[in-house]
Amino acid sequence: MISEEEVGHIAKLARLELTDKEIEKMQKDLSIILNYFNLLQKASGKKSAGLHKTVQSRGLNGLRKDEVIPQKKETAQKIIAASPNKKDDYIKVKSIL
Amino acid sequence: MSLRGARRSKILQGRRGNLLYVQKTLDCHALLRMARNDKIAMELTNLTIKPAHEGLKNKEFTSVDLTKAYLEKIRKSDLNSFISVTENLALAQAIRADARIALSEVEGHDFPELCGIPCSIKDAILVEGEKCTAGSKILENYIAPYDATVIKKLKEQGAVILGKTNTDEFTMGSSTENSAFGVTKNPHDKTRVAGGSSGGSAACVAANEACFSLGSDTGGSIRQPASFCGVVGLCPTYGAVSRYGLIAHASSLDQIGPFTKNVEDARIVFDAISGRDSLDATSVEPEIRNSKFEIRNLRIGVPKEYFSKGVDPEVEKIIRNVIKKAKDAGAEIVEISLPSSEYALACYFVIDPSEISANLARFDGIKYGLSEPAENLLDVYLKSRGRGFGSEAKRRIMLGTYCLSSGYYDAYYKKAQEVRELIRQEFAEAFKKVDLLFCPVSPFPAFKIGEKADDPMAMYLADIYTIPMKLAGLPGLSLPAGKTNEGLPVGLQIIGNHFEENKILDIAQELEKVL
Repeated sequence: MISEEEVGHIAKLARLELTDKEIEKMQKDLSIILNYFNLLQKASGKKSAGLHKTVQSRGLNGLRKDEVIPQKKETAQKIIAASPNKKDDYIKVKSIL
Repeated sequence: MSLRGARRSKILQGRRGNLLYVQKTLDCHALLRMARNDKIAMELTNLTIKPAHEGLKNKEFTSVDLTKAYLEKIRKSDLNSFISVTENLALAQAIRADARIALSEVEGHDFPELCGIPCSIKDAILVEGEKCTAGSKILENYIAPYDATVIKKLKEQGAVILGKTNTDEFTMGSSTENSAFGVTKNPHDKTRVAGGSSGGSAACVAANEACFSLGSDTGGSIRQPASFCGVVGLCPTYGAVSRYGLIAHASSLDQIGPFTKNVEDARIVFDAISGRDSLDATSVEPEIRNSKFEIRNLRIGVPKEYFSKGVDPEVEKIIRNVIKKAKDAGAEIVEISLPSSEYALACYFVIDPSEISANLARFDGIKYGLSEPAENLLDVYLKSRGRGFGSEAKRRIMLGTYCLSSGYYDAYYKKAQEVRELIRQEFAEAFKKVDLLFCPVSPFPAFKIGEKADDPMAMYLADIYTIPMKLAGLPGLSLPAGKTNEGLPVGLQIIGNHFEENKILDIAQELEKVL
């Protein structure tokens, strides 16, 4: 079984605050699921092509030019309005340093 | 009492009697009218897209009539298929559609097939100005700042949006039990789930609470609820429909598709929403193909791994019966093997949570959604995410973070990518031999609410037959194939090669007539 410390470590990496009860349940659930993943070791496996083949096979270069696409001002305002903490046209964030 | 008095009293009694009579007649008429209205409303909400379109064209009813009939249906429903009803938007759109229809008549041209047709949208797809929760508490009050590309396309056609349908949180689940807004009940048996994650979309189409619906499918989230609720659900090829404006779950798998009452409608909606979109780099323009496919000219593959010991005997019987009907119609049935399907579920549950752990990092209490006050930035993250996410979202974020973390990446994520390639190649080989694949959508029909809620592994197994082709990016459709003795619908899964939605739809439409 995956340890309490390990769950705590992963939760920290994932930026999740878990209660003691959640940690306990997570230990149990993750252990069962990770155990099931061992099945994969039986598969021979092919070298992964990386990108998704269906799109590649159509000979398309999906990437657009790295340039600014102008957006409506209202859209920008709505996006800022969605932020829980803001000032004027800025999203407020707690100081980092 | 004098004689006159007696007469007057009699007259009064008579009048009162008459009044009562009149009153009763009025009641009766009102009742009749109400009954007729109900019947008309019922008939209106029964219509599929083509007859509704014809009715609008011939002025038998207006889009406002249609819309009000559906809104009334939704109001009376206890299925919990909607998270929010967008009544104001719907009525405004219906009025505009009616004007457009009237104008088209004056100008002597047709109006789009979806113009004035009421639909519902899974609450993971953005509709500008409306709430979009993705079934999560973390987005409970989030208002979509723009339209998803599929919504833009529906709006251009003049479709009417009735509301946003229930989904498992961030589309993770197979029953809508992971929704922060309660479970959706199956219209065929209200003690059972409607499937998931797009359970609200499937249930509302099955219960005539919308003419059609849009859902999304990452591991089976369109096909499985369609199967459970007895409606048609199409998961298009990866890249066929733009996902711009769909709240991301696992980006190498997510796809938007329609729920409809029949196959014809699935084609109409698919044609309306598909195509290249510069805002989704994975989307492509479909090749125009005019070929018509018939069952008698096809080789249909039946993968034996999909009829293994886990499948419910009643489900197997129903699916075998459809296969026999296809054979009777002249198809060549070929038993094939896809041995790596055995690894598909494990492969999916490494890749899917890994992508989730990255995609859900954006919910940090800063940019949008729930924000918990805290002393420092790290605590804002920890607390907002800890309070906002439900248990399945947390479980998958944890799993994904684990699989991608230092020391485990090769054993899990890299290995899963290799197995995914193996699965993809097996399907490619299969499609060299056959035109389509037939198999069940899910090993069992709709299960009881609560039955699997505390056992994640048991829940994951509900998607065991929908996941493999998803890993290969293939299109699949769930076609209502029959019902169990208890009256629960069972769907046949028709899988085609990449971008062969037309072939799937042609064959499904032919089969629909004989089922």
